Amino acid sequence: MTLTPAELTSAVSGGIGTSPQRPDGNLKVRGEFAYASDLWHEDMIWGATLRSPHPYARIVSVDLTEALKVPGVYAVLTHSDVPGRNLYGLEHKDQPVLAVDVVRYQGEPIALVGADHPETALRAMKKIAVVYDVLEPVVDMETAVDDTPLHPGGNLVRHVPIRRGAQDLTADVVVTGRYEVGMQDQAFLGPESGLAVPAEDGSIDLYIATQWLHVDRDQVASALGLPLDKVRLTLSGVGGAFGGREDLSMQVHACLLALHTGKPVKMVYNREESFYGHVHRHPAVLYYEHGADHTGKLVYVRAKIYLDGGAYASSTPAVVANAATLGVGPYEVDNVTVDCYGVYTNNPPCGAMRGFGAVQAGFAYESQMDKLAEALGMSPVDVRVRNAMTEGSVMPTGQVVDSAAPVAQLLKLVQDKPLPAGTSSDIRELPGGVSNTTHGEGVVRGVGYAVGIKNICFSEGYDDYSTARVRVSMVNGELAAAVHTAACEVGQGLVTIMQQIVRTELGIERVTVLPMDTTIGNGGSTSASRQTYVTGGAVKAACAAVRSRLDGRTDIGSEVIDETVEWRHRATEALDPVTGQGNAHVQYGFAAHRAVVDVDVDLGLVKVVALDCAQDVGRALNPQAVVGQIQGGSAQGLGLAVMEEIQTSGGKVRNPSFTDYLIPTVLDMPPMSIDVLELADPHAPYGIRGVGEPPTISSTPAIVAAIRAATGLALTRVPVRPEHLTGT
Amino acid sequence: MRVNVRVNGEQRQADDVWEGESLLFMLRERLGLPGSKNACEQGECGSCTVYLDNVPVCACLVAAGQAQDREVRTVEGLADGDALDPVQEAFVEAGAVQCGFCTPGLVVAAHDLLDRVPSPSDPEIREALAGNLCRCTGYEKILDAVRLAASRR
Repeated sequence: MTLTPAELTSAVSGGIGTSPQRPDGNLKVRGEFAYASDLWHEDMIWGATLRSPHPYARIVSVDLTEALKVPGVYAVLTHSDVPGRNLYGLEHKDQPVLAVDVVRYQGEPIALVGADHPETALRAMKKIAVVYDVLEPVVDMETAVDDTPLHPGGNLVRHVPIRRGAQDLTADVVVTGRYEVGMQDQAFLGPESGLAVPAEDGSIDLYIATQWLHVDRDQVASALGLPLDKVRLTLSGVGGAFGGREDLSMQVHACLLALHTGKPVKMVYNREESFYGHVHRHPAVLYYEHGADHTGKLVYVRAKIYLDGGAYASSTPAVVANAATLGVGPYEVDNVTVDCYGVYTNNPPCGAMRGFGAVQAGFAYESQMDKLAEALGMSPVDVRVRNAMTEGSVMPTGQVVDSAAPVAQLLKLVQDKPLPAGTSSDIRELPGGVSNTTHGEGVVRGVGYAVGIKNICFSEGYDDYSTARVRVSMVNGELAAAVHTAACEVGQGLVTIMQQIVRTELGIERVTVLPMDTTIGNGGSTSASRQTYVTGGAVKAACAAVRSRLDGRTDIGSEVIDETVEWRHRATEALDPVTGQGNAHVQYGFAAHRAVVDVDVDLGLVKVVALDCAQDVGRALNPQAVVGQIQGGSAQGLGLAVMEEIQTSGGKVRNPSFTDYLIPTVLDMPPMSIDVLELADPHAPYGIRGVGEPPTISSTPAIVAAIRAATGLALTRVPVRPEHLTGT
Repeated sequence: MRVNVRVNGEQRQADDVWEGESLLFMLRERLGLPGSKNACEQGECGSCTVYLDNVPVCACLVAAGQAQDREVRTVEGLADGDALDPVQEAFVEAGAVQCGFCTPGLVVAAHDLLDRVPSPSDPEIREALAGNLCRCTGYEKILDAVRLAASRR
């Protein structure tokens, strides 16, 4: 008899909808999981990177003589040692592997040292003599386009206009605002690191922490001047990513040193170098005008958004499209005018970070909704519900939202949650905590709401797919399965999800996840909340192929069933370059937050007391991991609201350390009660909806709304700092 | 220089240690114990937390030479063979592990807390773990894990 998938599922534990333990969990708690920075190879040497101290300068000369004399140094390399193309980039090949005659940001790599000890490498690095002609940096994103051109095509990376409906309306109630979002860092804990091992035939193996093995491989091969089959990448343990590992960091550098010296080369950034070694969230300036009628119904939204891409393009074009297309939020608006600009400056390069353009817009449009509520005398929830998108609503791009969009329901869920008890008398729960700055005097409570929208998967016509291989054979008299992809596990739990899918689809409990590497086809990027959707879809499809060959058998003798499948989500379209119209996105995700804060108005200290969230995930394949994603994403939103900013001055980073760049500790985080809705998306595997990013969008504006409610201040910039609250 | 140190109950020796090396570097690169993590290397994140003579320290802030003739216990020394320590077990079960880079330090810090305070209140847990940064979880499931471990010890 042949069993259906549902019947098979009931026969094994750990399938979808349950929360089995992570397969890497035991190794991780024992300290035995091999992260990229833990790798070791017999005879390996260490690499280090000389970086520019200037945001913008011409390189007059580079003298390696003294560095090469340092005992223990194997190689000192510059751009002239790059055998292939010295330019790389995710969307535009505009970034040098090693600077040639100009540096465009502080921290730009100029030279590499390979040495027997990291300290030797650092000492040699300091003996490299670089003469700079320091130039005036371009640092203002609003005027950058008319400033000194930093690249041959000028300083505009991309402009996305959205034109929908009437463009010249007025309304009963009009609110305007200018908002700023600071530069946030992904602050993953595992620093950029990897190990490059040269082979005798001139090929190379790179063991690396990344978000996308194949795009890394393509860029590495191009820079090394090697065919793709001579560059093999294997994923090592990844200590968090959040977008910060989409671009190359030390990948090409380690391979250059390894090929040049013939030795395995390990590179590990320290925290300061990590701040220079990856892109950040785009800082933004956003101008908004909302017009509504007396009932609170939005008549029009107009926005002009500037995103500072920094010195190189990275993923700026896609971030610009997100900020533009998602720029009015999860609301029905018939008349929309948006112009979103991503620009080059000499600030640190910016690219992907969780939320990817939707975060910046989210802070502005939700601040506007609160302003509108106040102008109308409505409650913040009522004005949002009045305009809430539902299934069938039309986006500003003209795209119809063709699956669940429970915006009003999510808001009501968080609104109906019990509120925390009044301000505590325990100083550990007050603003300032054990610093003992208040015992409750000067402390004011506020409550705020926000909701957000995020596109899931890659957009604008990108051929977004993943490849999965599932192999089944008999092990100790039972069917056992192995699943192989190149999709990167970065901590989110894809390894668990893949096991769950195989168990559900094949009724096989014993599922091994093979190492992720480039010997199999592209798995796509671990970003855009897409891996459970796309690689999950690929694994599901590969299981279907295996299942038809298995044909219900539970004993296949010595046969090995091995199926590889490439799976893509439904196609999307490019945006019209003039009107911004088009079915550009695959799926939309929604989350809502209610934040409760206590503010010490004398000192400007904020304690977030509660941060509750409701999110629709379509279907929770692993409920524990889903809640973990929502809580983690909410925490990063809290960081942007009140703590986190890479502060720059004249293009220079002022706080490249965890001493000065503060991320939330367990003392900063409140209890987070999470409601998970499961309204299946009929277009997606199992009905799932990407989970990782939506909570990062609404968390920040909900907290700022709560601080506004407590203080009555306008607060148009995040992160909110003490001086914004005290006026000092 | 040569450093003699007892690590996880074993007498160990590291040669050619440079005077500027940290205990963390010696553990990770010379003694084959990379479990303690290198997230900030300046004492802010707690990922490298180890016991030094039974007191939790950031191994990145201790010079390797300072460990001479002392007793170090790392995350690798908490399990009893295949049997995880209850804190380790609770971290896996509660979903407190995502990327896991903070986990070794948090496991040692939580282990120390429960040794000192068998049934800690939430504010006590928060205070004890305040020196350990986690970027993935928002800490809720880490609190769950510590509560779970406390209930089992």
